[in-house]
Amino acid sequence: MEKVIDIQHLSKSFGAREVLKDIDFSVNKGEVVSIIGSSGSGKSTLLRCINLLEKPSGGQIIYNGENILDDKHDIHAYRTKLGMVFQQFNLFNNHNVLSNCVVGQVKVLKRSKEEAEKIAMKYLKVVGMDQYVNANAKQLSGGQKQRVAIARALSMEPDVMLFDEPTSALDPEMVGEVLKVMKELAESGLTMLIVTHEMEFAKEVSDRVVFMDKGVIAEEGSPEQIFNNPTQDRTREFLKRTLK
Amino acid sequence: MSIEWIITMVINNWPLFLRGAGMTLLISIIGTIVGAIIGLLAGVIRTIPTPERKFKRVLLKIVNIILSVYIEFFRGTPMIVQAMVIFYGSAMAFGVDMDRTAAAIFIVSINTGAYMAEIVRGGVISIDKGQFESAQAIGMNHIQTMLHVVLPQVVRNILPATGNQFIINIKDTSVLNVIGVTELYFQTKTVAGISFKYFEPFFVACILYFVMTYSVTLILRYFERKLDGPENYSMIGQPAQVTLTNTKES
Ligand SMILES: Nc1ncnc2c1ncn2[C@@H]1O[C@H](COP(=O)(O)OP(=O)(O)OP(=O)(O)O)[C@@H](O)[C@H]1O
Ligand SMILES: [Mg+2]
Repeated sequence: MEKVIDIQHLSKSFGAREVLKDIDFSVNKGEVVSIIGSSGSGKSTLLRCINLLEKPSGGQIIYNGENILDDKHDIHAYRTKLGMVFQQFNLFNNHNVLSNCVVGQVKVLKRSKEEAEKIAMKYLKVVGMDQYVNANAKQLSGGQKQRVAIARALSMEPDVMLFDEPTSALDPEMVGEVLKVMKELAESGLTMLIVTHEMEFAKEVSDRVVFMDKGVIAEEGSPEQIFNNPTQDRTREFLKRTLK
Repeated sequence: MSIEWIITMVINNWPLFLRGAGMTLLISIIGTIVGAIIGLLAGVIRTIPTPERKFKRVLLKIVNIILSVYIEFFRGTPMIVQAMVIFYGSAMAFGVDMDRTAAAIFIVSINTGAYMAEIVRGGVISIDKGQFESAQAIGMNHIQTMLHVVLPQVVRNILPATGNQFIINIKDTSVLNVIGVTELYFQTKTVAGISFKYFEPFFVACILYFVMTYSVTLILRYFERKLDGPENYSMIGQPAQVTLTNTKES
C-alpha cells in the first residue's frame, strides 16, 4: 500500500507541556482513517501538525518520500496537497460561496479563472451547494457553511482531506447533511483523515480507527476491532463513556 | 450684522472662500489617502508574526521600533507645532522654503498615517484567527493571506474610522494657516482683514466647513452600504443530483 503521509516520532510541546509524544502514524492512499479520543488528548494538534498550522517540536513528516520539516521544503506547496476542514468552517467572509472555492485555485495554484470556476462548480455540486454560489458566508446555515468549506478544500484537488470535528459546531439537525457528504466522499475513494466524536459515523465509514489518549496513540485497528474488541483498558473506558 | 452685508461680502469675496475651501479639501483628501496607505503598510508590518530566522527577526524588530517611535511621536505632539518645526526646520536645514501646499500635505499625511497605523493594527487583530488559518491551509503565504482575505475585511471594518479621520483632517487643516497655507481659515482671515469684520466671514467659513464634513459623511455611508453588498442572494438552477464514481481500490 502506498503511504500518502508517514509520520515518525512526531512530538509537540506547548511550552513545557508535551501534547503529542512520539507519534508514529501513516495514512495510505484511498484510506479513510478516523481519530477518536477524549477532549484534550491531542487530536486537533496532530491534525494541525500534519498541515503545519502548528510547528512540530520533533520527528518527521514524510510526504511523497520527502521530509517536509526540512528547512528547504516549500510548506505552501505542501499545504495545497492537504485539504483542511475546520470545526468553525472559517469561510472567507469577504468572498461569496463561489469565490471561496475559486480564490485559492487562482492565487495559489495559478489556475485560470474559468478553469477554477468550472472545478469549483463541480465540487459545489458534489456537496449540494451549487445553487448558492452568490451567497455570502453570513447568509448560510452552519451545515451549508461546512459543505461549502468542504467544497473549497476539494477544489484544490488535494491528496488527503483532513477534517477536524466537522460537525461539532453544528445544530443536531444539520449534522446529517454534512456526514452524508463525507460518507459519499469516503465511498468515492478519497483519502481522508477525520477527527470526530461521531462514533456511529466513524464505525461506518472508516477503514481504520485510531484512538488517542494523553498525547499518544493508545490503540489503532479496524472499526470492528476498536469498537467491538478493544485490547486496551483506556479504549474500553473511553468507549463506555461515549457510547452510552 | 446684517444678512445683506453677509451676502455682499460673499459676492465680493467668493473666489477667496472658494479657493480656500478647495485648498482645504485638496490637502485633506490627499492627506487622508496617503495617510491611509501609510497606515495600512505600517499596520500590516506591525502584525507580521515573529519570523523563525534570526536575521529576519532582528530586522523586523528594528522596523517595528522605528514605526513605534513614528506613531507615538506624531500622535503625541500637536499638528500646529509639527507644522512650525517641519516648515521652518526644513528652511533652516536646506536654506529654501518648502512649497507651502506640499508641506501641508506632507504634515497631514504623516499625521493621518500615525493614527491610521493604530486603527489598521486593531483591525487586523480583530479578524478571526480562523480566517488566517483557512487561508494558510489552502497554501496562501502571508502576503496572499493579507491581500486576498484579511485586508479586504480590515478595509471594510476601518472605513468608518477612516471617514472620521477625513473629517478631522478637513477641520484640522485650519491650523496650517500658521505656515501660510491658503486654506479656508487663512482666506477667511484675509477677508476679515480687508473688511474689518470678524463674525460674518467666520460665520460663512463655519457653514463651508460643515457642508464639506457633512458631504463626506454622506458619501462614506453610501460607500459602506455598497461594500456590504445586497442583503439577499439569488438561488441558481435546480438542486443537483450527483453521484460520485467509485474509484476506491479494493
Ligand atoms: N496553542 C496552544 N497553546 C497551549 N496549549 C495548547 C494549545 N493548543 C492546544 N493546547 C493543549 O494541548 C492539548 C491537546 O489539545 P487538542 O486541541 O489537540 O485536543 P483535542 O484532542 O483536539 O481535544 P478536543 O476534543 O476538545 O478538540 C490540550 O490540553 C490543550 O489545552
Ligand atoms: Mg480538537
